[in-house]
Amino acid sequence: MNVQQANGSMSGAFFALVRRDLLLAFRRRTELLFPVIFLLVVVSLFPLGIGPSPQLLGRIAPGVIWIAALLATVISLDALFRSDYEDGTLEQFVISGHPLTLIALAKILTHWLVAGLPIVLMSPLLAVWMNLPSGTLGVMVATLIIGTPILSLIGSIGVGLTISLKRGGQLLSLLVFPLYVPILIIATAAVMASADALPYTQFLGLLAAGLITSLTLAPFAAAAALKISLS
Amino acid sequence: MTEKNKIEQKPRKNPLVLFIHKLGSPAYFYRFSGKFIPWFWAIFLVLTAIAMYQAFFVVPADYQQGQSFRILYLHVPAAWMSLLAYSVMAVFAFIALVWRIRIVEILAMCSAPVGAAFTVVTLAAGSLWGRPTWGTYWVWDARLTSELVLLFLYLGVIGLYNSIDEPRKAARAACLLALVGAVNLPIIHYSVKWWNTLHQGSSISLMGGSSIDSSMLWPLLIMSVAVKFFYGANLLTRARVKLLEQDMRKAWVKDIVREGK
Repeated sequence: MNVQQANGSMSGAFFALVRRDLLLAFRRRTELLFPVIFLLVVVSLFPLGIGPSPQLLGRIAPGVIWIAALLATVISLDALFRSDYEDGTLEQFVISGHPLTLIALAKILTHWLVAGLPIVLMSPLLAVWMNLPSGTLGVMVATLIIGTPILSLIGSIGVGLTISLKRGGQLLSLLVFPLYVPILIIATAAVMASADALPYTQFLGLLAAGLITSLTLAPFAAAAALKISLS
Repeated sequence: MTEKNKIEQKPRKNPLVLFIHKLGSPAYFYRFSGKFIPWFWAIFLVLTAIAMYQAFFVVPADYQQGQSFRILYLHVPAAWMSLLAYSVMAVFAFIALVWRIRIVEILAMCSAPVGAAFTVVTLAAGSLWGRPTWGTYWVWDARLTSELVLLFLYLGVIGLYNSIDEPRKAARAACLLALVGAVNLPIIHYSVKWWNTLHQGSSISLMGGSSIDSSMLWPLLIMSVAVKFFYGANLLTRARVKLLEQDMRKAWVKDIVREGK
């Protein structure tokens, strides 16, 4: 009997892991809320710092909301593998016989459900705060739906590399922000184009291409990073 | 067929392959690279002297930018080198991750600070050049911006390498990051370029689209070759120091110390 059979099918392991991580996340609901509260606080600082002029806020709204989303993602990323690394569960995953890539993908999916999806759900409120031009909210939400999974995917590589460090969080932001640059540019370009009544579907297409590319490559890189960190 | 025949038929190692395998040995690499460094420095100095003489005394001032365009001879070679150093690092990183050769890991990691230094030089020279031509030290020009992101990528690799205590693990983690960055670099470059045209309408181009005259081009090419030798000398020197540091207690280092080389 090989290892695979002993531990059940691959899809079974995948969904079991997603279920377990979601359960764990919902047992610690306050921690779940931190990135969301962080997002709200960061966005509310902009009107305070810049002034409440609706026109000005409306112009910078796409950039502000997206940058706040990047920041909120990065502070939530550390939780992606941290507790599993510290209590040794991650090592058990590695020797379980299931591909580490699959395990990484399950963790990334959970991370998006727990940290990325709330950002998408909060975006209408943020749009009202920042006086986002009416009619562009749909595009804003679309860029966030396509874009936030990319943030989780690329971020997982950075977390994998910094997991063995005691203070990985500070380094993590340095590692992942430069990689987020194209997403920020394309996503805000889409929203701004729609605010100017210009065609924006090409930007959404580019974002979707980014999502497909990172979905195919990032889990492998994250698994390789975890293997290096655990060695 | 006897046993003896079988042994004789075993394919012999190709001299090139043998040489590459030998280079993987720290002691051999140390001695071999030591022979190159003085030559690299010499070629660098000679070429730089020629290029700088040409750049400062032979090439006429630009009819639009005046004397300030001479920064080109520092800025452009440094910019090319900063990109090439990243590519070299990425190639070494790939080899290091696939074949796990320690010297290649060290070479990849030693390429990062040199490349980062060139990126800083590019940014500094670019912003000094920007003052007389654009009237400001910093413009979010596409090339300056992607150079800045490149600097952040370098800093990430250097930061990760220096934060992990165990040198080989640190090198492998940083090598993986360098590869991820290499995949992203073209995407970053094109998205920034395109973000720039999107927001600025007509961005100011340094070259003005006009082709550069060949009398101005020669010193530039000589300088960019000179910079490659500077990089080579720096990379090898750094790698040698790193090797000595890591192998402090190994026999081959003691041999070298005894020889006094």
